[in-house]
Amino acid sequence: MDWSYTPLLFVLPLALMIPIVMLVLTNVLGPKNPSAAKSVPYESGIAPPTSAEQRFPVRFYLVAVSFLLFDVEAVFLFPWAVRFKELGWFGFGVMSIFLAILVLGLVYEWRKGGLEWD
Amino acid sequence: MLAIPEIGWSDLTPLLPFLILCVGGLVLVLIDALIRGRAGFPWAPVTALLPAAALVAYAARWGDAVGETVFGTMFIEDSFGSTVGVLICIATLLAVFLSGSYLDKVGRTRGEYYALIAFSASGLVLFASTTELLSLFLGLELLSIPVYVLSGYLRKNPLSLEAGMKYFLLGAFSSAVFLFGGALIYVTTGTTDLVEGLRLGAGSPLAQLGFLILLSGLLFKAATVPFHMWTPDVYQGAPTAVTAFMATAVKAAAFGALARVVAAGSPLWDNIPLTQVLWWVAVLTMTVGNLAALTQTNVKRMLAYSSIAHAGYLLIGLVVFSQTGDHDALSGMLYYLLAYTVMNIGAFGVVIYWANHEREHLEIPQYAGLGWRTPALGLAMSVFMISLAGIPPTAGFFGKYYIFRSAIEHGFHSLIIIAVLNSALSVYYYLRVMVALYMRKPVATLELGRSTVVGAVVAVCAVATFWIGFAPDAFSFVPGVPSIVEWVQGAAIAAR
Repeated sequence: MDWSYTPLLFVLPLALMIPIVMLVLTNVLGPKNPSAAKSVPYESGIAPPTSAEQRFPVRFYLVAVSFLLFDVEAVFLFPWAVRFKELGWFGFGVMSIFLAILVLGLVYEWRKGGLEWD
Repeated sequence: MLAIPEIGWSDLTPLLPFLILCVGGLVLVLIDALIRGRAGFPWAPVTALLPAAALVAYAARWGDAVGETVFGTMFIEDSFGSTVGVLICIATLLAVFLSGSYLDKVGRTRGEYYALIAFSASGLVLFASTTELLSLFLGLELLSIPVYVLSGYLRKNPLSLEAGMKYFLLGAFSSAVFLFGGALIYVTTGTTDLVEGLRLGAGSPLAQLGFLILLSGLLFKAATVPFHMWTPDVYQGAPTAVTAFMATAVKAAAFGALARVVAAGSPLWDNIPLTQVLWWVAVLTMTVGNLAALTQTNVKRMLAYSSIAHAGYLLIGLVVFSQTGDHDALSGMLYYLLAYTVMNIGAFGVVIYWANHEREHLEIPQYAGLGWRTPALGLAMSVFMISLAGIPPTAGFFGKYYIFRSAIEHGFHSLIIIAVLNSALSVYYYLRVMVALYMRKPVATLELGRSTVVGAVVAVCAVATFWIGFAPDAFSFVPGVPSIVEWVQGAAIAAR
């Protein structure tokens, strides 16, 4: 059995205790003087015009999904770029296939009107 | 310096069925993008070319599939994988033809449906042809995600939406369970190859635990008790053609992968009570499935519970295999999967055939007198019900016979007594459909739909149900199903 991680077991309750103690103490000891200006979401920022709890267009979701896809694409591109020379034509071929599939997705989204806002 | 794998065309040939389905799916996406949803494109026939081409690819290499691995150990080409692959392609082919007519009837013909079916089929093929944890997981996701979407495909229908949502949430959870099991094996042994990993980690409790967790992730996909809760709701809510696909192709792949994982776990067989675990899962699965099916009035829900019960019968093959390593049990399982595929697709086909443009007729009492109104379809439905109940001389009987026989030969008497009692119980709810078809007066004039393509699929399935039943020797079966055993032994020898 590997015991080298055992200290972590002792750190765990300690790590739990610290925030609990801090939260309890501030609640008990801290002076409270609430006012309307203090309880807005962004205390020193712009006053929110309406409540945040309302419906918003589902198109934001599409944008988020597209962003996620092409963001992950970049994650895969980086290691290839770092090892570009070693990977040579083989790496180029594999990445081309990968990119071609993603481009196909983009073409599909475009043609299906996924990129249009209205 | 990095090791660049040398990849030639010869490495890709074993992957051909997978590549055909996968690239075919991409082409379908492209076509859908280019025609911009214009009506009139023959989606179903074009999509059907993919599993048909994959079948040709399997046939062309039938004798050559001798347990070689491709890309390291990422993909195995052996006769077991090819057999499951053929089953998957047959089920996909039939389901695609059902889909064409079904989507026309519900007025939701869209290209993406067919692309998703193709992607899912490629995942199924991969899932059944590997013991590498990474490709196993890749296959699992590739087959699952399209099926989640397809379950919720009728997005104006609350039942379908519920099915999609439920399947997605539970399926994602079971994928996580699967990954966790795989991670435990990896962490103990430092390899993602399941055969190698379980050989190295045979004595480690962590790897044994990982193996059992991995197994439960797979048992979820195979819809076995206690991981069956999603099945009735998803099968009922999903579009009927998708249900047919899920109940046959996905089930075949899930059992293929299960058999591989159980085989790869052979070094553990002495260390954990695997046979007992599978024994209880099998007994619970068939009993719960059958008891719940007794009271169902919705035909899709009834078939869902029946598919749970059938998963229980199929598991008997694995119980025997996990005790004895006898490959006959596995060929019985594969034979039963083939029988199950044709009779189940046929039954769903009849349901789709009768659906008209406004609605499907899913309540069994609605079928009153339909056997006299549409004699051919009524007869076909009766054949499928008789076969599902396991009455000779149909395929369902011989499938059960092969599985039960190998279990009896190895002394699993109590298991078989329970299974036969269960079979007898199931006759009640299958025959209830026939009673409605022939012995009840029609309650109201039902507006029936029709479809030539679905009629043809139903006819093919009905003939196949008898043909497989009458000529079981023609299928007994599958050159070299022993290969999974040889392959496990081979891997063990190679690893020494």
